[in-house]
Amino acid sequence: MSLDIKSIKKVASLARIRMSDEELERISPRLSKIIDFVEQLAEVDTDNVEPLANVVDIAPKLREDIVNDGGYEEKILANAPESSQGYFVVPNAIEDNT
Amino acid sequence: MAKLVKGETGDWEIVIGMEIHAQITAESKLFSGAPTKFGAAPNSQVSLVDAAMPGMLPVLNEKCVEQAIRTGLGINSKINTYSVFARKNYFYPDLPQGYQISQFEDPIVGEGEIEIDLPDGSVKVIGITRLHLEQDAGKSVHDQHPNKTYVDLNRSGCALMEIVSEPDIRSPEEAIAYLSKIRMIVRYLETCDGNMDEGSMRADVNISMRRPNAELGIRAEIKNVNSLKAVGQAIEYEAIRQVEILESGGEVVQETRLWDPVKLETRSMRSKEEAHDYRYFPDPDLLPLKFSQDWVDEIKASLPELPDQKKHRFMEDFGLSHYDASVLIAERSRADYYEEVAKGHDPKLAANWVINELLGILKKNEKTLEQSPISAEKLGGLIALISDDTISGKIAKDVFADMFKNGKDALDIVEEKGLKQVTDSGAIEALIDEVIASNPDNVAKYKSGKDKLFGFFVGQVMKKSQGKANPAAVNKLLKEKLG
Repeated sequence: MSLDIKSIKKVASLARIRMSDEELERISPRLSKIIDFVEQLAEVDTDNVEPLANVVDIAPKLREDIVNDGGYEEKILANAPESSQGYFVVPNAIEDNT
Repeated sequence: MAKLVKGETGDWEIVIGMEIHAQITAESKLFSGAPTKFGAAPNSQVSLVDAAMPGMLPVLNEKCVEQAIRTGLGINSKINTYSVFARKNYFYPDLPQGYQISQFEDPIVGEGEIEIDLPDGSVKVIGITRLHLEQDAGKSVHDQHPNKTYVDLNRSGCALMEIVSEPDIRSPEEAIAYLSKIRMIVRYLETCDGNMDEGSMRADVNISMRRPNAELGIRAEIKNVNSLKAVGQAIEYEAIRQVEILESGGEVVQETRLWDPVKLETRSMRSKEEAHDYRYFPDPDLLPLKFSQDWVDEIKASLPELPDQKKHRFMEDFGLSHYDASVLIAERSRADYYEEVAKGHDPKLAANWVINELLGILKKNEKTLEQSPISAEKLGGLIALISDDTISGKIAKDVFADMFKNGKDALDIVEEKGLKQVTDSGAIEALIDEVIASNPDNVAKYKSGKDKLFGFFVGQVMKKSQGKANPAAVNKLLKEKLG
């Protein structure tokens, strides 16, 4: 299966990766190759096989509902490019409805 | 109660499904030990897990799982002892992970149904599709700066239950009744505080229009519908908008729209369109959730009486009307108060006094039931005095007003003020004789056939007794005396 430029553009935008036209051209045959390789899996007959969500068949260990974390906003904000009054500050993300 | 919208080319039926997000009542978050309290300083309740720092792993909170099971049982739904957490991928500044941990193909709760109570006294069954566990996102604040968004992650990672209904709802009234009932159930169960003002309960409304009983139409999803009133208004608006499009030959666009509670309209959220490709996949950081049926049974045994069970019991055991019963069960504390009042007293009279007098005066004084100066026991005392004819219903209202002011016992007020009803026929006869003696003209008119004057005599006697004479006795004795 070949992955066309349009599909690659869509995947790139969903992943927030900016790619130039030149990069898209270059990557297209490579990605197609990878897809072809993985597609071999589709040849396996999976009728009557339950989907596998995890390879280890154990139940997860659950946490008790107690507060034992938080209270360090300075650590949380330490890597923020911009912060003010305890908030992260980011470019305007409001919906433009005009 | 299905409501048809009259268009220019005929009738249209509204088809509604709802997604309710209810924040789970728990001390700590779904996958971290940070606290969940509302209103803390920004980013002060955030763990490194909630901020999605590299290398941090989520660990599931047992209490949140239990709360989801409780709620599932409360909405009469199937509990799945095997469920899977999945990642829902999208980018937004208040979602630090770049994905929300949710459940997709295998939710913790499956199909079920609940009863809703409609304003006309009828009952309708609404199907539940599923309930799943998921993380809440942080909060974006847009009004602090003209071209920046401020982000607070305190809410990030708090546990939510998303409750999805079948498209069984057919009118704004049904949608409001459905949301009210879900809210009532989670409050009875104490799995969510149901506080819509603080955003701990939020609703998305899916709405489409069709010709009665035709195929389903294309739906729009309305977000930001955050009060019962807004649910009604948003549906009314959206139904008309869609009918106008359909009747002019257009097509409804499947999209997310935002309810504006100020302008009272829905608007397209265009920029979210392309992001609707969530690429769900099982979260590799979390094992599938498994628990025993024994645990489910244990939780089931600990459930309180639910609103509908209570409603049916009030109707059967106390002989209350469907309306009275549904008013009394609306809040668990109200139902408890009523049962306390009704203990050992006439249950119908108790219902009347709680609904018509107590709730009325509390509302007028902007007080909650918890702040009521009249305890359930004291109101019961007043009702006992009415039932055994110590005071009349009319005097009881005055005593009740006094009790509300000073919190005293009904019997003390009656004794202090000498309000005991006069039932002694000798005393009443004496009053009647006085009235007859001082109104010879009216007596003559009455005897000549002016029956209507009977009320005048009753009034005079009651006035002389300062309202304390037993009205039934006055009627009986007056009839005898006037012949």
